[in-house]
Amino acid sequence: MSKYSVEANELNKTFGRRLIFHGINFRYDDSGVFGISGPNGSGKSTLVKIIAGLISPTKGRIIHKNSDDEIIPEKLHNHIGFVSPYLVLYEEFTAWENLNIFSTIRDISFDKDYAKDLLNRFLLYNRKDDFIKTYSSGMKQRMKFIFALIHHPELLIFDEPTSNLDEEGKNSVYEIIEDKSKESIIIIASNDKADLNLCTEILDLKTFK
Amino acid sequence: MIAKAIALFKKDYHSELRTRYAINSLAMFIIVAISVILFAVGQEKLSEGLAGGLFWVVIFFTAMSGLARAFVSEEERGTSLTLQLIAAPSTVFSGKLLFNIILVFCMNTVIALLYAALFESFVIKNFSLFVFAFVIGNIGLAVSSTIIAAIIAKAGAKGTLYPVLSFPILLPLILTSVQLTLFALDGTSIEDAKFELAIVVSYDVVMLTVSYMLFDFIWKD
Amino acid sequence: MIWKIFLFLLISFISVAGIAFPIVENPESWYEFPNIPGLEENAKIIFFHVPTAWLTVIAFLMSTVFSFKYLKNKNLDDDAKAYASAQLGMIFCILATVTGAVWAKFAWGAFWSWDPRQTSIFALLLIYGALFALRSSIESEEKRATLSSVYSVLAFVTVPFFIFIMPRIMKGLHPGSADDTGAGPVVNFQMNSSMQLIFFLSLIGFTILYFWMWQISYKSIIIRDKLNKHLIRG
Repeated sequence: MSKYSVEANELNKTFGRRLIFHGINFRYDDSGVFGISGPNGSGKSTLVKIIAGLISPTKGRIIHKNSDDEIIPEKLHNHIGFVSPYLVLYEEFTAWENLNIFSTIRDISFDKDYAKDLLNRFLLYNRKDDFIKTYSSGMKQRMKFIFALIHHPELLIFDEPTSNLDEEGKNSVYEIIEDKSKESIIIIASNDKADLNLCTEILDLKTFK
Repeated sequence: MIAKAIALFKKDYHSELRTRYAINSLAMFIIVAISVILFAVGQEKLSEGLAGGLFWVVIFFTAMSGLARAFVSEEERGTSLTLQLIAAPSTVFSGKLLFNIILVFCMNTVIALLYAALFESFVIKNFSLFVFAFVIGNIGLAVSSTIIAAIIAKAGAKGTLYPVLSFPILLPLILTSVQLTLFALDGTSIEDAKFELAIVVSYDVVMLTVSYMLFDFIWKD
Repeated sequence: MIWKIFLFLLISFISVAGIAFPIVENPESWYEFPNIPGLEENAKIIFFHVPTAWLTVIAFLMSTVFSFKYLKNKNLDDDAKAYASAQLGMIFCILATVTGAVWAKFAWGAFWSWDPRQTSIFALLLIYGALFALRSSIESEEKRATLSSVYSVLAFVTVPFFIFIMPRIMKGLHPGSADDTGAGPVVNFQMNSSMQLIFFLSLIGFTILYFWMWQISYKSIIIRDKLNKHLIRG
């Protein structure tokens, strides 16, 4: 059980002069699965990017804490695993090389056993030495989960996790969500009923316009 | 922080070895640019001043043809988000800067060697001044080109925009470096060139500081 | 309204006085200018050329200040202010370059001779040009505001270098520059009180004019922006 918490304080975001959402507050502690839903263009992707510290909110603050110590933005990236349709891995490298590169850039040791285990779970172990550019879109999507999990993050953010996946892929994703929800916070942004059924709490962005 | 930047540099280096995008086009660009000058000059003998100036013309345009790659390639392939997720902005800038510094050094060394071989009037009389000016000039060139590359990558990578944006920023550096190259060709002593050397060093320091401060704003859109 | 009439009268007075007041050997009346050796009638451009050059710099400074403010507060109004100031700066920059070049043709014999000040104003022209090229290439207004603000600040820090290196690299011809032996610092010593009066009135008049134009300009940008949003949303 991690002592991680993420807290949003009166989050507002405007793009240019257009308001995306305002007055978002939440606090998630320790572990569990939390959902963000809303129609297209309601700012789901924007909100998860703000939570991950990739863009800054127009007003308000997002606070990440690990055992009551606030994590500075410079270090935040090592505590977060992020999956999104916009994510692209380095296509000129193999899956194995990608994972290795990410670990060295993060400056953490490359956990080979865990990498093998994850590759097995997502049915990619046989293809680990193939270039990412040869992968199908479903395989790329599964590879993104390995990318998000490899550094043992305390907070997992999945933006439309099951798009592009077949039944088998979806099942391994649900399995991993259930598995990881015991030890980390998982935030899912999606409109898929099946995805949202996993969540204990759902934030509907329609109400924050 | 430095270890992470070096890891990022290694990633770019291996990626470059596999795709060979920047190196091939840069090498060809240097050859094309220098042969254009050779054809234009024909049988005439270049004056020292002209040779020193043309040296920096080639350096500027070669830099403009290759250095944007560091950020544009990430943006084009859509891997900026991945990079944001695995590294802090300062790490990203350091890694890209390291890559560009090494690229600038390689390409400018090649240009200098070709110049020395092909132009009779390009004879360096004060070698230590030349090396000193060359090193600090290259660092300044790499710093400014890297931060402008970050801007144009986010602006949608319009090719012609890169030299347009870089030129005013690089102008003080280029003017001073042309002067220093002339001094090195003249055989002026380092003592007499102190003022120009100090200008280039302070340019490097100022641009480096400002770039690190501003990079956050560019990188986090 | 009253100050607009005042500004109108001021600028009219400067225009008439600056052009029509005679230059004589030993000025006695208040409306006579002294003869500055080497400049003669050409000296009168000081009432129009120097204010435009001054406003070029002021506009650049204001543009950088508001760019910086935008980066701090992310308020698009600041970006509109910076942009409006840059637009005006560009206009004054062109005016200063052209009036300077015309003057140089008569005083130095050539329109352009890479005098340090000519080079500096050329660099400013390039910076403004690059800024507009950058702005016009970006669709998203937030991105455009951020990137052009970053570029403004970046360009701003290079300006001091020009001040240091220019005099070393090229000879100064411009009145008031360090190498200028003929005329010396014109503003301080060789102008009589009437000339100084018109000169400073002109500076003040043009500065008020700039702030007025700037205000109209940025307000119209903001209003147009909001109107566009309204029309799109219905």
